[in-house]
Amino acid sequence: MTTRWFGARVQRVEDDRLLRGHGRFTDDIDDGALESCLVRSPYAHARIRSIDVTAARAMPGVIAVYTAAELPFGQTDLPILIPHPNLTHGRTQRCLASEVVRYVGEAVAFVVAESRGLAEDAAEMVEVDYEPLPVVITPESAARAEHLVHDDVPGNVAAEMIQEAGSVEAALAASPRRKRLHFRFERGAACPMEARAVWARWSTSERRLTVYDSTQSPTSIRGGLAVLFGLPESSVEVIAPDVGGGFGPKIMLFYPDELLVPFAAMQLGRPVKWTEDRQEHFTAVNQERGQVHEVEVGFDDEGRLLALDVDFVHDAGAYTPYGIILPIITAGQVPGPYRVPNYRVRFRDVYTNATPTSPYRGAGRPHACFVMERTLDAIAAELGLERAEVRRRNLIQPDQFPYEVGVAWQDGNAVVYDSGNYPVLLEKALANLGPRPKGAHVGMGLGMYVEGTGVGPYEGAHVQVLVSGKVVAATGIPSQGQAHATVWAQIVADELGVDVADVEVTGGDTRRFPWGVGTFASRGAVTAGNAMAVAAGMVAEKARQIAADHLEVDPADLELVGGKVQVKGSPDRGVALAAVAVLANPVRYAFGGGTEAATQFTARPRPGPPLHEGEQPGLEATGYYSPPASTWAAGCHACYVRVDPQTFRLEILKYVVVHDCGRMINPLVVEGQIEGGVAQGIGGAFYERLHYDSEGQLRNASFMEFLMPYATEIPAIEIDHIETPSPLNPLGVKGAGEAGVIPVGAVLGSAIEEALGVPITEMPLSPLKLFELVKTRS
Amino acid sequence: MKVNSVVYPTPADPRRLLSDHLRHDLGLTGTHVGCEHGVCGCCTVLLDGAPVRSCLLLAVQAEGHEVTTIEGLASDAAPLHPVQQAFHECHGLQCGFCTPGFVLAVVGLLAQHPNPTPEQVDEGIAGNLCRCTGYASIRRAVHRAAELSQK
Amino acid sequence: MKPPPFEYRAPTTVEEACAVLASLEDAKVLAGGQSLVPLLNFRLARPAYIVDINRIAAIDRIYERDGGVAVQALARQAAVEDSEIVARVCPLLTAAVRLVAHRVIRNRGTLCGNLAHADPASELPAVLLALGGHVVARSIRGERVIEADRLFSGVMETILAPDELLVEAWFPASSQPFAVIEESRRHGDFALAGVVRAVDRLALFGVAPTPVLADPRDPARGLQPSGDLEATAEFRLHLVRVLTGKAFAA
Repeated sequence: MTTRWFGARVQRVEDDRLLRGHGRFTDDIDDGALESCLVRSPYAHARIRSIDVTAARAMPGVIAVYTAAELPFGQTDLPILIPHPNLTHGRTQRCLASEVVRYVGEAVAFVVAESRGLAEDAAEMVEVDYEPLPVVITPESAARAEHLVHDDVPGNVAAEMIQEAGSVEAALAASPRRKRLHFRFERGAACPMEARAVWARWSTSERRLTVYDSTQSPTSIRGGLAVLFGLPESSVEVIAPDVGGGFGPKIMLFYPDELLVPFAAMQLGRPVKWTEDRQEHFTAVNQERGQVHEVEVGFDDEGRLLALDVDFVHDAGAYTPYGIILPIITAGQVPGPYRVPNYRVRFRDVYTNATPTSPYRGAGRPHACFVMERTLDAIAAELGLERAEVRRRNLIQPDQFPYEVGVAWQDGNAVVYDSGNYPVLLEKALANLGPRPKGAHVGMGLGMYVEGTGVGPYEGAHVQVLVSGKVVAATGIPSQGQAHATVWAQIVADELGVDVADVEVTGGDTRRFPWGVGTFASRGAVTAGNAMAVAAGMVAEKARQIAADHLEVDPADLELVGGKVQVKGSPDRGVALAAVAVLANPVRYAFGGGTEAATQFTARPRPGPPLHEGEQPGLEATGYYSPPASTWAAGCHACYVRVDPQTFRLEILKYVVVHDCGRMINPLVVEGQIEGGVAQGIGGAFYERLHYDSEGQLRNASFMEFLMPYATEIPAIEIDHIETPSPLNPLGVKGAGEAGVIPVGAVLGSAIEEALGVPITEMPLSPLKLFELVKTRS
Repeated sequence: MKVNSVVYPTPADPRRLLSDHLRHDLGLTGTHVGCEHGVCGCCTVLLDGAPVRSCLLLAVQAEGHEVTTIEGLASDAAPLHPVQQAFHECHGLQCGFCTPGFVLAVVGLLAQHPNPTPEQVDEGIAGNLCRCTGYASIRRAVHRAAELSQK
Repeated sequence: MKPPPFEYRAPTTVEEACAVLASLEDAKVLAGGQSLVPLLNFRLARPAYIVDINRIAAIDRIYERDGGVAVQALARQAAVEDSEIVARVCPLLTAAVRLVAHRVIRNRGTLCGNLAHADPASELPAVLLALGGHVVARSIRGERVIEADRLFSGVMETILAPDELLVEAWFPASSQPFAVIEESRRHGDFALAGVVRAVDRLALFGVAPTPVLADPRDPARGLQPSGDLEATAEFRLHLVRVLTGKAFAA
């Protein structure tokens, strides 16, 4: 197979329609739908004494107002997406609360009206009698448990998990040097530019529910809705059309609206749509990043790690719909690219009266990276060693793969790094960073990370050559900007010897491909990419078989090139793929160019029925890829910053990334992912902060006050790559989606610490925070 | 009011925002709504040739004016406008949600500064948020658009 | 969110606008809309009436008078930014307008609207105060001039009566040395603190309920700034000293 497209900087096939304004995002779909809005709790913790919707129902243009009492599933707890034996006290919310609300933003009623404005007018008339209850907001106060978020969850602890590799107690006791460190991370939010939206229609005549949803997993939503509404899956179709950014929180099972909108559509006999507004998004959509870590490290006089003991609390929010994936990821990722001979990690997942947490780009890895990198920096400082040198002395070496860390990973397997070259990442980053700029208050930052990617259980793909010679392909997972349509087309085009422009890819549409898991955890390229290769490979094999039959040669002598199946090196002895597509169907008629070519051939007679056992008509195939384990990407970031000693303004002077995601399918796309990830990392490190007050109110629920960086706040980034292919999958690829964000906090924190001379042990920072740290120091 | 050179009647409801009027009354869904606070720039359109936030305009205010949305830059069959072409060449978009707003803001920027310096570029795109690209490719796209516009 | 219901009026002359404002209770003037419409979209402002003055002709001029520059009600901030007259007569104002939000906002926002909105963190009120300018207000009772040091009365408050329309702002000529320096979190954001220097006069913004004049040698004296999410009172006082130092360094 010629790899003409794999590895090439192919420009995106998605661009034309998006640039012309012909994207189709969920709110773009009207089709006569009623509009709706949710009534949400203004209290972080309260008992609901009563809900009165009489006045709301009487408002102009209102079609229906629902509370839990009107829902057949009103008393059903929503599912836990990923159960786990250690999640002993998992709790989920109901679709609409009727007894207790546990976070600001929890849904209480659903209003359907002729327009969103009218729905909002009516929502204001819903009278809910709340009895406020004590609020628990910080992870520390949750752990102290003076007040409980759930009456039946002692200590506010949803889950506790302890893992150990080696013997940490003994190793610490025997360490020449020991250090205790404390790190604190506040909540952050993904804030994709498109807020969430759902549109649904129920067709009584066809007995079919159609849902458009700005989700990262249409297949999960479809499966869930089918069960909930007692419908066969074939009666439910869920489509993620164009999605304006996901970054993690658009994957849930379910957000209340994902049930309410289809339910209302079925009840009211008209399509219903719901589009979130930005202010609502801030508390309605899952957040992440809240953790508090106690660390003890044992090391020797050369700076080599001997023992690492980590004890952390993870802020679950009010409910645990996503299980304990986040703290498991953090626990698994702390060791990073380093040899940690004795490692123990304990976490408690605690409830707070705030929005539930679920993965946001990085998903627990940024915390892990910060902990390890700042610990190494502290060791370097104590010993008077260069920060790079301490890392050199502890890095896992290229000949030590596969490398077993000794703790569990999010897929239930153990953490085992499959391939990588960490020393080269470090040296290249330092070389690319170059010499320190002149001037005062300049600091250097350095951070390395590994990233478990490509988690299973599987993805699938369907590939078909049409009788026109064009190719269509589909997979269950949707894109939110990662260029799936281009990248999968590259893989398929290579297998079939066609042009990328001739491969049309559909993702995230259960009508086209009903099986799959979702787009998250940097898994798309590994799972769906390999599934595309499998399916396209099957199609290529079938094409060679059919062509061999008709050309009367051995299939092994054939290659797929330039839209034809031909004898290797003999373009004049071949048959067009389009013709092969026609020949693949024993009925053998079609409209279009392939037919004439096909009719030139008379098949070699063969015994038996036209379709032999196991054969299927058509030049198409469905294939699946199920990874045996995660594959581990890695990288090193380095930077220079200047901090103004008076205003504490941060200036990033230079930022370099050296990145390894195995074999890159499209370096243009990978670089875009890294640039975007680093920008989110910078935002999360220095600009974005969710200001919760002690009553659990989010004080800055708007883009005016939640400070996402503009272009003026993000510097140019220099990106370099190495490729250590993964031995775990046929394409040798590793995931790349989250890499950009993972080490940024650690890198900037390290640089700011050097520039200002104050210890940085928390995220996020700000000029105000630095002002106060400097004051404390003096 | 005129939208992309087509005359439309003024909407009756004064509280209808221009962004919603374009999207849901006129079916021009290329203009996107990201915040309704006027901060993110996804809703940027041209009003009499100058970029403005359509979420901060009442639709009735557009009466007597000419609105250009992203759909008005290049008709379906026509080649892409130089700014659109530049965004494509430079991978200046990923999810595409902020893109129409950026493209129109850049059209406005290049009308003011046909040969923008890096500072003018940053100044010109600083009012639009993107969560996907990290802005580097968008900066490249603006410089490329300036080149293409001069050809 | 979507705006709450309101009634809409669009007068076509200043006289009509004043008559409408005098006859209505709970009316807000809509000029640039860059401050008002977000408040409507948050449902934080719920006026019964919106009086849109954008259809009034010929009140968008920028012209010289009395040794300074006058900016009429509907002159957009972008027009002030691009104005050759302002650049020549009052370059301090040109420098300050460039700091207001982003160009796309300035394409609609009006200078007079910005003054009437009276956000304590706004640059333009402080420039008016530092230069000792004034505004002209019109109502059915006639016209009056309000000096800068009387105009601003509190957070988002001026002494304009509910039925008064701010028809013009007048800025004296500015001469060197002048400076307007602010510290904000992101480009175009409201200032955490800011200073305007007009030769030996100093006005501060973002550190008090209104812009305030201050002594360049002790700018923080008597100040009791509030704290918010991005700056404590102490940090604001610190920034005031730092920025004053920068403004008077030359």
